[in-house]
Formats: sequence, structure tokens, C-alpha cells
Amino acid sequence: MEKKTLFDKIWDAHVVRTVPDGPDVFFIDKHFIHEVTSPVAFLNLEKRGVTVLHPERTIATPDHNVPTIDQEKTIKDQLSRMQVEKLRTNCKKYGIELHDLGSAHHGIVHVIGPELGVTQPGMTIVCGDSHTSTHGAFGAIAFGIGTSEVEMVLATQCIMQSKPKKLRITVDGELGKGVTSKDIILYIISQISASGGTGYFIEYAGSAIRALSMEARMTICNMSIEMGARGGLIAPDETTYAYLKGKRYSPKGADWEKAVAYWESLKTDEGAEFDLEYHYDAADIEPMITYGTNPGMGIKVKGFIPETVGMEGSNKKSYLKSLEYMGFLPGEAIQGKKIDYVFVGSCTNGRIEDIRSVAEFVKGKKKAPNITAWIVPGSREVEKLAHEEGLVKILEEAGFKLRQPGCSACLAMNDDKIPSGKYAVSTSNRNFEGRQGPGSRTLLASPLTVAAVAVTGEITDPREVF
Amino acid sequence: MAYDKFNVLKSTVVPLPAENVDTDQIIPARFLKATERVGFGDNLFRDWRYDPTGAPKPDFVLNNPTYQGKILVSGKNFGSGSSREHAVWAIYDYGFRCVVSSFFADIFKNNCLNIGVLPVTVSEKFLNSVFEAVEADPKVELEVDIERQSITLLSTGESESFDINSYKKENMKNGFDDIDYLLNLKEEIAEFAKTR
Ligand code: SF4
Repeated sequence: MEKKTLFDKIWDAHVVRTVPDGPDVFFIDKHFIHEVTSPVAFLNLEKRGVTVLHPERTIATPDHNVPTIDQEKTIKDQLSRMQVEKLRTNCKKYGIELHDLGSAHHGIVHVIGPELGVTQPGMTIVCGDSHTSTHGAFGAIAFGIGTSEVEMVLATQCIMQSKPKKLRITVDGELGKGVTSKDIILYIISQISASGGTGYFIEYAGSAIRALSMEARMTICNMSIEMGARGGLIAPDETTYAYLKGKRYSPKGADWEKAVAYWESLKTDEGAEFDLEYHYDAADIEPMITYGTNPGMGIKVKGFIPETVGMEGSNKKSYLKSLEYMGFLPGEAIQGKKIDYVFVGSCTNGRIEDIRSVAEFVKGKKKAPNITAWIVPGSREVEKLAHEEGLVKILEEAGFKLRQPGCSACLAMNDDKIPSGKYAVSTSNRNFEGRQGPGSRTLLASPLTVAAVAVTGEITDPREVF
Repeated sequence: MAYDKFNVLKSTVVPLPAENVDTDQIIPARFLKATERVGFGDNLFRDWRYDPTGAPKPDFVLNNPTYQGKILVSGKNFGSGSSREHAVWAIYDYGFRCVVSSFFADIFKNNCLNIGVLPVTVSEKFLNSVFEAVEADPKVELEVDIERQSITLLSTGESESFDINSYKKENMKNGFDDIDYLLNLKEEIAEFAKTR
């Protein structure tokens, strides 16, 4: 029998037909939409006189653009308000399930999908958002698409896609104390660069990955796109099933048994081939932080900003330009740099485990006076749990400000902007120039490292503070 | 939606010799608030092009009238980051029909092909020749021929071929998009959907 990877199994099961010397007509099981990348798709549908083919396969939530204060009031920013209202009218018109502001399951689309049990093993999932890769943690093929493709999915439940190549990244061994899944993924990206995964779909494997919780796995898959890969997935196992059991849209009763039996088959066959493989040892991974303007520019928190030896031409120019933007010099230590903001949130690290770990570490301590600390839960559900578990109280006592759910300062489309020139250590996924506001300087790190920075006011290895 | 047909494009170029130009630079998130596809070209490379007061930065290439044309040439890993198609809308709307680089991010490349901007991947060597030639003479032209899948630096005759699958090639030549194709498969898709 032909040996297949997990990715092959799911991909092949969703090909409606293959265009000769062209892409596959690829069937999509679940489609998420939000207010920013969907309005033009709906508008074009209307212009073509086409309707939504499977409204029951699409789920909507406003997240990118929404305020995180006073969500219950009318949105002040006129353009944001219009986008959210468009989403509402479109959902109503076509009968699409909407998790609106203030409702029990409102939140960042990649946080609520898993929370609701919409995301399941073996599915194909797309959204007009590159971090759709998050859902790969469940053993699904999930990736971001452009607005033209959003329109295709709405109209036909299919897109045209060429099958990517396959990359397996294996991380074996045990993580050290204070090292999290965010450090694993920042480490991998620093090794293979921000473009090293382009053209590939990743499978993450190995004992270090298996040992992670579902939320920690989501953090890893989320950042697959930051090395250029379309997405990344992890074979489902007991951890996956335990997470999904009892969720709103998870199969129930006999259907559950049937589903699990199918999910059990979703594994890469022994001997199946990948186009590329990387192996890492968990013991080599330490708390990581980025120092530049793409997620591949990461080092150990205890490390030094790389020198320019061996760099040439436009490569060197881009590197120096990036450091100039950040206000750093080659060869400097990163530890001890003064920081102005910390941001805990986003679809990378805005889930309850992330908030728990920050709360646990700052309990009884105070944030440093130079730090403004924002915590933005990934969803209403996360917010609710954080209150119920007493985490909000701990965090507020430490001087953190809790905001309402949304993408917030991850991309700063709303008012949550880091001021120009200021430094933010963030649990999000992108450190591009101006990502968190025009002129803002972002350093990406784990929630633990962010907690350490909040308390000391400067870049600090979390293992040394707690 | 349908776009202008692409056959042979002969044009001067706008050089942007930076690497890892991400979609947040091409169009920052705060300019993604429109509900229609209009006016995105005004905010192309917004924060590189204008200072915080809105005044043009004279050292940025789009503000330098010496460099004009329908072809944008940039360093490797162009279009990395977000899936926002708005980035390509901005490029198209500004007046570019072709982007040349030694390496494109995946989703960006797909988005280009879906709305009629041709992404042409060339070797580092060819890319550097273009940058050098344009620096020496901003009037030099590139010729991009989609049928022959070739790109030529007209001042020196240096030429390379580029990849595009025949399906996408036909689409670009005819100004078709994928959705036209998919809508014709409705019944086949409906049959398939029953199995999922
Ligand atoms: S939290 Fe950030 S990365 Fe995630 S969907 Fe929102 S904007 Fe995108």
C-alpha cells in the first residue's frame, strides 16, 4: 500500500478534481470569516449575482478591528463600525452563524473555532487570515487565503490550490524549566528563517510536541506562517480528543466513537516520505526573544544580537536597516534593554493557559513603573474563565490592565497602538515595522518572558526572576 | 473580479532593493478598513512613503519622479506576512501589473495571480542586474512576455524564463479568475459535498 503522510491523507480526501498542469479543486469543510477580509468578497458575490452555497459551513466573528474598551457601546471609529455592520448584514442576509461582540463566544476567530469544537481532526479549514494555520494543532489542514478565495469558498465551497511540498519538523526530548511552546516555535523560525518554510506544509512531530497541551500546540501551528509555510499540523491523539470532548460542535454519542475511530487513522504512515526534514533537541531550546523586524530574527534571551560577518549586499543592508529601526547594534546583549509596554494576547498566546501562566508568575508582585501592561483575552470564554479563576484580580493587583477580547495591539487596527519609538515585548506573532502602531518596536516572546519583563521593566530571562 | 488581460508588458521599472518586504509595509493594517475595493493605491507603502504628518518622504522611491513604470522590482521574500489581498489591490491600484523578485511569499503570490498582477520569480543574479541597470539609467525597460514565459532586460538583452502553471497562464492571458472556473463545476462540487 502507498505510504502517506498525515497531510496527504487529508489533502487527497478533499480533491474534487485536478486541473492538468494546474491546481486542485479543493473542497473546504469549514470557513471562518471576519470583518476585514470579507466585505469585498460579499460585494463581488452580489455583483456576480451568486449566493452563498453552504452558509452552514461558514462561521463569523468581528475581531481584527473592534475596540477592546466599551464593546457594548456603538463603535466610535466610523470605518470600523461600518465593517462590523457589514459583517452583521451579510451574515443575516445569507444565514451565517455570527458570534457578535458581547456574545458568549465572541473572540479572535482562531481562538473561538477550537473553543466551540468547530475545528476537528481531518478537516480542511480556511479563513481570510494567515494565522488560520492555528487550527492545524488538531490535525486539520488549515491555512489563510485572500479575499478572492473567500469569495470562492462562499460561492462554491472550493478553492483552487496546488498541493504544497511536505516538511516534517521533529522536536524530541524534554523542555527545560521556563521554556514554553512559544520558545520552541521562535527557536525553529530563528533556525530556518522567515522564508525557510515557503512552499511547504509542515507536520510537527516528536516527543516534545506530543507532550504539549492543545493550547501549546496551537501556539506552534499558529506561527507556521512566520517561516513562510502555508500551515502546520500535528497528528491528533488522546490530548486532542480530551480537548474536543463535550465541546458545542464536537460529535456526540455514537458519532463521537465513529469520529475518534476515523481520527485514529490520521497519522503519517511509517516510512512515508517528506520533501524536507528537520530535527531538533528540546534540550537545546531556551527562552527566546526577537530583536529585529521579522520573526526569523530571534535569539536566546541570554544571547547577543548577531554581528554582520558573512552578510553582503542587500542582505546586509536590510539587516542593518532592521536593527536601526529597532534601535539596536550588532553584537549587543539583548538582556537588560529597557521596555515600555508588554502585551499579552493574540491568537498565538491569548488563551486561558497563557493568562494562567502570567498570573501565576506575577502573583504578589508589581509591574515595573516604566511598564504599561495590557492583557487582552482571546475570547469572551477566556475572559470569563480568567475572572472565575481569580486571575484578573491577581493581574490587576500587579498593575496589568485587562481589556475586552479582540486582536487588539497584535495588529493595532483599533486604538490599542504602541506609540512610535516605544518598545513592546509581546506574546503575538509579528514584529514587522509598525505592526503594533506606526513606529512601534516589537519584540516577540513567550507569556513567561513577558511576565518577567513586566516585573523587571527590562528584558529578562524568566528563569532568573521567579 | 475580472481584470485586464496580460500578454506582453514592456515598461520601465520602480526599484525597491529591500528584502523581506512584508504585507504590513505594503499596506499597514490601519488602512484595511474599507468595505469596497477602492483607493488602496494611495496607501501603498504608506509608512515608507509618508512621514507621520502625511508629508511625502523624498528619499522613498515612489516619491522620486525619476522612477516610474508598471513593474515593481524588489528583494527576496517579497509579500511575507499577512494574507491580506489588500496588499495586492494596493499594488494593482497604484498602477503596477507585475512584481519581480527572487522569492515570493506563498499566499501573496496566489493573491497576485487571482487579481491579475503577475509575480515573476528571477535569479538573484538577474535581480541584481536589473537593480544595477536601473541605477545606471532609470529609463531602462523590462519586457515580460507571459506566452513565452520570459523576462528580458532590454538594455543588455539579458533574459530569463519564469514558471507559471498553464492554468494560471491562460487565466492571466484572458483576464479570467478562478471563480468563473469553479462556478462551472457546481454539480460536480455538489456531488462531492455530499460525501463530506
Ligand atoms: S490576533 Fe493578530 S495574528 Fe491573530 S488573527 Fe488577530 S490580527 Fe491576526
